[in-house]
Amino acid sequence: MCHQSVSLTARHLEEFGIATVVIGSAMDIVTHCNVPRYLHNDLPLGNPLGSPGDRETQLESVLSALQLAISAEHSVVQVSDAAWKGDGQWKENYNKVDQSNRQALLRLGQENRKKRAENKARGLAR
Amino acid sequence: MERTRLFYQAQGFEKAYTWAHFEGTPFAKPKKPLEDCVVTVVTTAVAHAKIPKPIRRAESIPFTETPARFETSELSWDKETTHTDDRQSYFPLEILNRLAGQRIIKRVSKRFHFVPTQYSHRATINTDAPSIAKACGEDEVDIALLIPL
Repeated sequence: MCHQSVSLTARHLEEFGIATVVIGSAMDIVTHCNVPRYLHNDLPLGNPLGSPGDRETQLESVLSALQLAISAEHSVVQVSDAAWKGDGQWKENYNKVDQSNRQALLRLGQENRKKRAENKARGLAR
Repeated sequence: MERTRLFYQAQGFEKAYTWAHFEGTPFAKPKKPLEDCVVTVVTTAVAHAKIPKPIRRAESIPFTETPARFETSELSWDKETTHTDDRQSYFPLEILNRLAGQRIIKRVSKRFHFVPTQYSHRATINTDAPSIAKACGEDEVDIALLIPL
């Protein structure tokens, strides 16, 4: 949901005359929303600029994004060559649903719905 | 998106979430070279975790008051694979300050911007994004880097 919130914000800022670049790791959400400039780092969600401690990739992400902001003549998606150096199964493991966690996820959903209803009853909603 | 849909379906949510979708995109090209541009950051990290999540709104906070550590635990990122202890992996304050010192950009804007993660498209489009745009205008921002976790 983070990627959607910033994508909607980017579109608004552009209408306001401010050049934007989204730097993220959820290509489908950002391109579905459609933003003017997107720099994609194929990394686990949580470190969109580069892995923890990887100062080189973090700097490269910012420099690439600034160049996109200045040089792009039309909407663009740029994919960097950043790569996760740890466990190669991270994509398969993220938000995985199988028999091992099905009951736990159902309980989590029930708790979430209960919490939402309580918040709404307390006026904690927008 | 498909992975997320299946994840929420497994949690018993009957109606699939409708992701925001637009055919075209607005496009603003900077009218200045990079060295004359003021740059800001929009993050989804949480600056003030004491405000309950359901009623959190966009905030524009002076960079000089940037918290040493943001709250990220309530956001949906890959907690099994990585961590967010390195703030520079999602919030490039040190890098931007360095680029300003090297005159690669003109300066970092007075304020950075926190946009709450919202299921409601309407809340972002009608309230949060305009609030951030207004603050960016006041701070004479030319380029915004939007960096979601």
